Amino acid sequence: MSSDAMAIRNVEIESRPWVETLHGWLTTVDHKRLGILYILYALFFLVVGGLEATIIRIQLMRPHNDFVSPQVFNRMFTMHGTTMIFFVAIPVLFGFANYLVPLMIGARDMAFPRLNAFSFWLTALGGFLLYFSFLGGSGLYGAGNAPDIGWWAYAPLTSRAFSPGHSSDYWTISLLVAGFGSIGTAINLIATILSMRCPGMKLSRMPLLVWLNLIMAGMVILAISPLTAAQIMLAIDRYLGGHFFDTQSGGSATLWMHFFWIFGHPEVYVLVIPAFAFVSEIIPVFSRKPIFGYPVMVGATVCIGFVSLSVWAHHMFTIGMNSYANSFFAITTMAVGVPTGIKIFNWLGTMWGGRIQFKTPMLFCIAFLFQFLIAGLTGVMLGSAPFNWQLSGSYFVVAHFHYVIVGGILFALFAAFYYWYPKVTGRMLSESLGKLHFWLFLIGFHFTFDVMHVPGLLGMPRRIYTYEPGRGWDTLNFIVTIGAFIQGIAILVFVWNLIVSYWKGDKAGNDPWDAWTLEWSVSSPPPEYNFGSIPVVASRRPLWDLKHPEDPDSSYE
Amino acid sequence: MRRTNNPIIRSGIQTFALLLCSLATAAAKTASSSTGLTNIFAPESTPAKTIFNLSVFVLIITAIIFVVVLTLLVYSVTKFRGNAGNADREPAQVYGSTQIELAWTIIPILIVVVLFLATARVIHAVQDAPQPPGAVEVTAIGHQFWWEFRYPELGIVTANELHIPVSDPTHPTPTFLKLLSADTDHSFWIPQLAGKTDLIPNHPNSMWMDPHRTGVFLGQCAQYCGTQHAKMLLRVSVDTPEDFGAWARAQQRPAIQDEKVAAGRRVFEMTACINCHAVGGSAANGRFGPDLTHLMSRETIASGAAENTKANLRLWIQKPDAIKPGSLMPAMQLSDSDLDALVSYLETLR
Repeated sequence: MSSDAMAIRNVEIESRPWVETLHGWLTTVDHKRLGILYILYALFFLVVGGLEATIIRIQLMRPHNDFVSPQVFNRMFTMHGTTMIFFVAIPVLFGFANYLVPLMIGARDMAFPRLNAFSFWLTALGGFLLYFSFLGGSGLYGAGNAPDIGWWAYAPLTSRAFSPGHSSDYWTISLLVAGFGSIGTAINLIATILSMRCPGMKLSRMPLLVWLNLIMAGMVILAISPLTAAQIMLAIDRYLGGHFFDTQSGGSATLWMHFFWIFGHPEVYVLVIPAFAFVSEIIPVFSRKPIFGYPVMVGATVCIGFVSLSVWAHHMFTIGMNSYANSFFAITTMAVGVPTGIKIFNWLGTMWGGRIQFKTPMLFCIAFLFQFLIAGLTGVMLGSAPFNWQLSGSYFVVAHFHYVIVGGILFALFAAFYYWYPKVTGRMLSESLGKLHFWLFLIGFHFTFDVMHVPGLLGMPRRIYTYEPGRGWDTLNFIVTIGAFIQGIAILVFVWNLIVSYWKGDKAGNDPWDAWTLEWSVSSPPPEYNFGSIPVVASRRPLWDLKHPEDPDSSYE
Repeated sequence: MRRTNNPIIRSGIQTFALLLCSLATAAAKTASSSTGLTNIFAPESTPAKTIFNLSVFVLIITAIIFVVVLTLLVYSVTKFRGNAGNADREPAQVYGSTQIELAWTIIPILIVVVLFLATARVIHAVQDAPQPPGAVEVTAIGHQFWWEFRYPELGIVTANELHIPVSDPTHPTPTFLKLLSADTDHSFWIPQLAGKTDLIPNHPNSMWMDPHRTGVFLGQCAQYCGTQHAKMLLRVSVDTPEDFGAWARAQQRPAIQDEKVAAGRRVFEMTACINCHAVGGSAANGRFGPDLTHLMSRETIASGAAENTKANLRLWIQKPDAIKPGSLMPAMQLSDSDLDALVSYLETLR
């Protein structure tokens, strides 16, 4: 386990031809390289999805704006949503899981390295197919177009009558292919975590990040499978004359809603649980204390996993379910708040009595706590079915889920970038640029998404390309757009930091944060086989034991 | 190192707090200066009021949780910051506490139970309300991108502007809507009168409202339904019982036959207009677009996208994309004289 045992470090041979390097990256089965590929792929699409969001926000800056046509606007919000969920959030979180899980459990790679590569390239193909619709949506002979069906693609908008051409087919096939990729990675993560842990690492000694990714992987299998099945059914409808969702032939529009949201809601937790995982690793290190209530944190997450499988129809409170069904989904939705609240309290308990260091990763984690708290509380409002009848489909919902995904997940992701970048590249990210990024993004975020709740309360529905003046929405939308631009600038600072620090950053060393999990015991970047000799652990914080032989964790657990 | 960071963070937090305050003021100002015509917190009907009362309760509970947790967060961040004095030693390593965990499990469970009971009560009160004998029945049918309203008991078919009687709480005359869709999913939402309910093909829904005052209430389609989802606006005119009766009698009459506009009528009946539009008492009985029998009784055209003026009517027939790009109304390609005649005819349909 000690860092000087890195005898098989992959020494870079003097400048290999670029074709060989490229070939190496394209054919790699190394979990670290695949992790980096996932992350770079997601960062690329983050910028693309961000540009789409910018187009949306410019159009909505003032009433009756004509920056883009309604057709283009509808394609932009469809592509923005689909891209951000399927080709940014999932890949970037899988990238981190891929990179970190084997290192944290003392393994040399994932259980199935080739399945890992296969899954990544399937996901990559999915993103390519989605964007190829810009060219091939109406066939290459005509002007192409992208899908304009919304990211949840409610039937019967997707039927041939309402969506001619091929744009919806690209959407369907893209998610089908990416879905197989996600399921492959989920199986791989589960197999890795269950069977590749180093000696001494019992389940009860796994870092929380590993536990949470195990739960996430289980949920991916349960959530993405129905979505993938529904995509096949939709393809059958569109090409083989099926009538699952074709209401003009007696099909059911609500069937699609159930299929989609039985994926869609657990999906929120598929994304947020890895974000919890980052926070659960970073807060302890920068508070200089172990995580408060480790077994409770695991239990609460398992609980979230199970309960979140029975909340999907809270996206459908307005479709006319009977009062019993509405009551059931209201209570399950509110019940998720309990384990989520427990997690927030445990993070606070971790900080309590600690010695908090306000490095950039910690700043992002604190902002995460604040914003996730608000997101959770607006979630309770939305879970109250009658309140939901007013709020759903309005900008309040848009603000709420962006609070979860940007204010929660993206902030945790930024924390993870600042925390693990030194391990991946061997260089520190600049702290001053990091703080600039943090404050700019925080201000932009609150400009945009705090204000965005209000037009929803004033009756502004989502997915409208323009709106009438005189409803009290004008100024608010203008502020929201300004905030979006501030966030855009912050993202540029972040990308600039990633690029500049790769060459100019301070050398990181093995363990720049004085942390406690196994990835910090190896060199930065880690050698190809991670561990020269497989480590043996005796507690949840093996490096604490190493650094404090007089008072090791192993004597308390 | 840590010490030098503190001023940056402190000034950052100050700026941030200032920003939040100014944002809140700005939001409050715009909200109060607006007409409030679609404000969910200005309810004018029983379902909307019941929901409003529940939402105030939920907002109070969540606000209390917010303040408590935020206080803990701010306290931890300020009280337990690292400094030079303790930089060289680790704080006490605490692994957890069963009592505390139990406390912060049980209290949230109790809160959830209370919230759920309040919620379930309102779900039942709004959804399972029986239809009283004096209720007005309306069938609302969502189309891309307009609303069809049928009054089966009164034999009225109209579009986009719903007329209903005001409901005196002592002798309620609520309106019960049956919601259908002719094509894709839509959602009926008049924030001041009731929560939204979707119109889904092959899946009839229902909702009700009993406005307590007269006036015009606005809303719009709240479920993405295709290209012109944005301009699928809704107007509800709440009338006194007398006005409603007069309106209904006027709507029940067939279209006015005015010989002075016979030329325009001929244009209407000889072109594709009648494939989609109906005019009572004439050969036109298309059902794909709005019924035009009493077109001029409506204040707007194109589902609220434009005022019902001569100029707008002319533009709408000639170049619908100028008002509502992507709507299913085709450009009729008429000569100027035919267009003038047609508009003159339409203007007689009172």
